[in-house]
Amino acid sequence: MKKFLKITSVSVAVLMLAACASSPSSADYDKITSQVTQGSFQAKGQASLERLQQDDANRLCSAADVAGQPLDDKTAQMIQAANLKTIKWPADGKFLGDWKNGEKLAQSGRGLTWSDKAESANGGNCYNCHQITKEEISYGTIGPSLYNYGKLRGVTDPNSPAARGVVEYTWVKLWNARAYSACSQMPRVGHNGILGEAEIKDVMALLLDPASPANK
Amino acid sequence: MKKSMVQRQVLAAAALLVGMGAALAQDATATGIAQYREMLQDGNPAELFEMKGEKLWTQNRGPKNATLEKCDFGKGPGVLKGAFVELPRYFADTGRVQDLESRLITCMETLQGYKAEDLYKAAANYGKGESANMVAITTYVVTASKGMDFALPQGNEKEKTMYEVGKRLFFARSGPHDFACSTCHGVDGQRIRLQELPNLTKNPGDGVGFAAWPAYRVSNGQLWTMQKRLNDCYRQQRFPEPKFGSDATIALAVYMGVNSKSAESIVPAIKR
Repeated sequence: MKKFLKITSVSVAVLMLAACASSPSSADYDKITSQVTQGSFQAKGQASLERLQQDDANRLCSAADVAGQPLDDKTAQMIQAANLKTIKWPADGKFLGDWKNGEKLAQSGRGLTWSDKAESANGGNCYNCHQITKEEISYGTIGPSLYNYGKLRGVTDPNSPAARGVVEYTWVKLWNARAYSACSQMPRVGHNGILGEAEIKDVMALLLDPASPANK
Repeated sequence: MKKSMVQRQVLAAAALLVGMGAALAQDATATGIAQYREMLQDGNPAELFEMKGEKLWTQNRGPKNATLEKCDFGKGPGVLKGAFVELPRYFADTGRVQDLESRLITCMETLQGYKAEDLYKAAANYGKGESANMVAITTYVVTASKGMDFALPQGNEKEKTMYEVGKRLFFARSGPHDFACSTCHGVDGQRIRLQELPNLTKNPGDGVGFAAWPAYRVSNGQLWTMQKRLNDCYRQQRFPEPKFGSDATIALAVYMGVNSKSAESIVPAIKR
């Protein structure tokens, strides 16, 4: 461990020397950060080092956050187009499952940490950030309130042609929210395999089924 | 004795929370938590860690059978008051920016003759064996700066670099959930469930965020240092594990510590 830390410190020092002629540039700091990241983490449980690899969307959005500047339109559209291509539509054409199981998934914040068993079921983490039903008062506020989600969007029959647009939009949001908003903070639930198709259908039902408590 | 008093107070606070109507529950919860913290102030079990740390500080230990009394945390050998609120900082003797916990390992190596490698290994097994001693000593050292304001130095080029690296790590989205530190701690006034989240991109106020650690956590009976706090943040972010004392953890502490300039440290704090 000590050896590893020393190597990291040496590489930081070398990079700093290289940048020493003038004050280090932002690109120099990016390079040092990448070195520090490589030397600072270790795989544990199911949390492998591969998780440190950023795709374009994460790399570009993180850089924009560091700069304190939103992405330019062209870059944002490029990210959205790439993420839209990842959408997998339900194989049987049915978008809604069981809202009761959707509620259970929405309540659970478990899964995919190094202390979770790899084979255990993942939760959807929904209530951590969103209000959904009136009954659950312990909800987070990082995302917008989803209370009356379907009702406010005029969904009375989710299977009707009139509801099709809202239903498909919601599927995309759950599968990969970056398809519509390049730097959305919302996890890419389907794309990253947090929930499977059947579970996403259940969460869809929680949001869109008129019988769901979310729409009461 | 102290602990049973704490437990009774926790029960009283819990009863207070349960008794409230649902409509008022959210505001009331915040008030309830504040009251609960106030009640706990008199019997913060962190004092037990501090007392143990004080004893270890003056105890002859290690292969050299020496004490830590000459350990230099940046204000000179043996000077503890005000040291914590200026850490992490650059140390010329190691050529590194170090936080309190990695600096303690340096002192245990140079003064007491322990092998740093063994101590890093022990530290990874948090709260057990020699880690329990290091946590206690850390608590003792931080408590000497209780009530003081954060004032991390940024005069050295390496300190500036660590701030810039910490900033980049703070916003780095990755893993299966695309989480970064900033997902939860990037803006004001947000919550996860009912837990309020400090905005760590700026000074979130006295005794909030960086200025509220190390802290005793009632929910698991552990004293959590900043290294442990960051370790568990990364666990919840679904990242791989940050190594104890790694440059990433120190860079993040520099970023948060510099942002907390002039915030009062309430160490050792008490948390749910």
